[in-house]
Amino acid sequence: MKQIHLPLTDEIIGELTAGESVLLSGSIITGRDCAHKRIAEYLDRGETPPFSFRGETIYYAGPCPAPEGKACGSCGPTTSARMDSYAPRLLDLGLKGMIGKGERSEEVQEAIVRNHAVYFAAIGGAGALYGNAIKESELVAFPDLLSEAVYRFRIENFPCVVAIDCRGGNIYKR
Amino acid sequence: MRTVTSETIENAVFELAAKACLRLIPSCEAALQRAAQAETEPSARFALETVLENAKIAEKEKMAVCQDTGYSVILAEIGQDVHIEGKLLSDAVNDGVRRAYEDFRFRKSICDPLTRENTADNTPAALHTEIVAGDQISLTFLPKGFGSENMSRMYMLTPAKGKAGILDAIVETVKLAGSKPCPPVYVGVGIGGTFDTCAFLAKKALTREIGSQNPREDVAEIERTALERINALGIGAQGFGGKTTALGVSCEIAPTHIAGLPVAVNIQCHCVRCEKTVL
Repeated sequence: MKQIHLPLTDEIIGELTAGESVLLSGSIITGRDCAHKRIAEYLDRGETPPFSFRGETIYYAGPCPAPEGKACGSCGPTTSARMDSYAPRLLDLGLKGMIGKGERSEEVQEAIVRNHAVYFAAIGGAGALYGNAIKESELVAFPDLLSEAVYRFRIENFPCVVAIDCRGGNIYKR
Repeated sequence: MRTVTSETIENAVFELAAKACLRLIPSCEAALQRAAQAETEPSARFALETVLENAKIAEKEKMAVCQDTGYSVILAEIGQDVHIEGKLLSDAVNDGVRRAYEDFRFRKSICDPLTRENTADNTPAALHTEIVAGDQISLTFLPKGFGSENMSRMYMLTPAKGKAGILDAIVETVKLAGSKPCPPVYVGVGIGGTFDTCAFLAKKALTREIGSQNPREDVAEIERTALERINALGIGAQGFGGKTTALGVSCEIAPTHIAGLPVAVNIQCHCVRCEKTVL
């Protein structure tokens, strides 16, 4: 399987094709419903969110608390479509990769192409397997959101399928 | 009159919650294995093999099978010759849930619908009680993930729609859900009753083993036909295409009003977790 090292570069993104399986390693941030809402509120007020999206890959996930001796508990992807209303704005701010599960809206697909970005599908329901692929975890923002807080993970051999590539190739539309 | 203490109930709920979140029901794992073996679409097969490997890791390392350890749904069938001594039944159930989710470090996913503030202990549970004959208490624990719950639908059909309308409603719900609820799904269907009892029947159908049949032949036929039509949709595992979009369809039925034909379709992801005990 193709190994991808994060952060993503324009060159790596250009070589990814919808439908291919990849193993991701490197640094990602998490964010789901509540975190996206807060980020949008910062942007609506004309303020800078507490962390930057430039060049980042975001994982739509809310983990189980870490058991003793592990960096993270079970942590599979959540349904990406709930983040569709926020994603184009973040892609326009420099977000390069998204990891989640399930189809995206036309607006997100257009923003992926416009910004030379990529959407990876992780396998929903494989929380324990993904939890084990998370080697380090650090809180980045919004600790009051508990599992919905923003974390930075270092992942190793994190299996995904390229779901929407930078040319608009889409596994859900084959 | 038999006495059951609230402590016995609390401990039973604790054990059911712990067990349920750590493993797939055997009929689900078997259905996933069959689907993986039959699958010819490479991405879908990869997805199915990944979830089967995940189930092994979860069991071995005592990690939650899925991080969405769900809304704690509890069905309690209480014999009318039982006296519950101690706490209120709902307090005993919530205390069992609270302790299991904390001790096993499961995700706490329950929040206020408006402020979105997390209750931080996965309570309250959704407790459904039914008074039945006898002197026992049957408890069923279903940790219900919401990626799939979100894709569920309610139809108030007219009687004229009949069986064809019921089948169309079931298939349409799965089609509209597409890749979002973690297919292959398990489909629970309520037919009849009222708006509220119909939705409950759909939930109750999800506590049946995958592959089990409704004892009424006309209902079992709806289950079989719906499953065939769903698997012809081609959504496949994770929406990657392929042969298996649903692992099973279970229907529960109840009498309804002469003016109506309620149909509730409750979607469950491929991570079917459900444990039962009798006290």
